[in-house]
Amino acid sequence: MFSKKQLFIRGMLDVAPHMLSVIPFGIICGAIGIELGFNPYLVYGMSIIIFGGASQIVFLQLISGGASALVATTSVGVINSRHLLYGAVLSEYLEKLSFIKKLLISYLVVDQGFAESNKFFKKNKTEQYLHYHLIGTGSTLWVCWQISTLAGIILGSFVPEELGLKFAIPLTFIAIIVQDLKKIDHVIVMLVCGISSLLLFDAPFKSYIIISPIIALFVAALILRFKK
Amino acid sequence: MTWLSIITAGVLTYFTRMTMIALVSRDMLGDRIKAVLSYVPSAVFPAIIFPAIFINDYGSFIEMNDPKIFGSIVAVIVGYFSRNVIATILSGLISYWIVLYF
Repeated sequence: MFSKKQLFIRGMLDVAPHMLSVIPFGIICGAIGIELGFNPYLVYGMSIIIFGGASQIVFLQLISGGASALVATTSVGVINSRHLLYGAVLSEYLEKLSFIKKLLISYLVVDQGFAESNKFFKKNKTEQYLHYHLIGTGSTLWVCWQISTLAGIILGSFVPEELGLKFAIPLTFIAIIVQDLKKIDHVIVMLVCGISSLLLFDAPFKSYIIISPIIALFVAALILRFKK
Repeated sequence: MTWLSIITAGVLTYFTRMTMIALVSRDMLGDRIKAVLSYVPSAVFPAIIFPAIFINDYGSFIEMNDPKIFGSIVAVIVGYFSRNVIATILSGLISYWIVLYF
C-alpha cells in the first residue's frame, strides 16, 4: 500500500517528463494570444477558466479571424469533448470518491495526466488512495501550464516561431502510446483513428478530434467481437 | 463579450471533464464497454498526433520529405526501445532540427 503523499509524488514524477512539451506549448499559447492582439488578462484568464491547450489556441485564432463567439465556443466544446472518454475510463477508479471530490478532481483531468494516471491505475487497481496519483499528475500539469502561458504572454513576440517547438506536442503523445505498438489490435485502432483524423480534418468545429476516436472505438468493439 | 464566451467555453469544458466521472457508476458500464474503453488512449491520441505531423499550419498536407516525418519515425523507434518519454521527445525534436537546418 502506498500513502497519499507517495501516490501524489508518484503522479508528479510520472507526468514530469511531459513538461518537455507542455512548457514550450504553454509559452507558444500565451505568445500567440498576444501576437493576435488580445488583452493579456484575457489570454491568461483562459488558462484558468478553460485549461486546455489546443482549444485555447483555436479559440483565439477563430475570434481574431472574425468567427462568431458561438462558433469559437462550440469549437472549444467539441475539441474538449474527448474528456468524456477519459472520464468514462477513470470513473471506474474514482467511483468510491464522494460527489464533491469527484466534482473537484474533474477540473484536473488533462490528456497527459489522464494517460499517465490511467497507466498507473491499471497496474495498481487495489490501492486505496489511487486518486492522489491523478491529483499529482493534474496539479503538476496545472502549475506548469499557468507558469508557461504567463511566460509566453510576457515574452510575446520574442518567442521564435521557426524553432518548431510545436512539434513537441505530437512527440509527447507518441511517447504515451508507443508501447502499445506491440499489440496488433492497438495498431489497427491507432491507424483507423489517425487516418480518419486526416480525412475528416476539414469537418466543421474541428470535430475530427472526437469523430475519429469514436470510429476507432467502433473498430475496437469489432475486434473484440472477432477475438471471441 | 469575449470574456463571456471564454467563461461559456470554460463551463462547457468543465462539463466534458466532470460528466462521466461524477455521473457514471460501476454498474452502468458492462464488461464489454469496459473492454472497449481500454482502447481509449490508442483511439484518441492519434487524432492529435497525425494532424500535427501530416498537416501544416495552412491546413494542407505536408511533402513526403518534410523533416517532421523523419523526426516522428526516429521518436517512434527510440520510444519503442527506450520506454522513456524524455528520450522519445528529445530524439524526435533533435532529429527534426538536424534535417531542418543542415
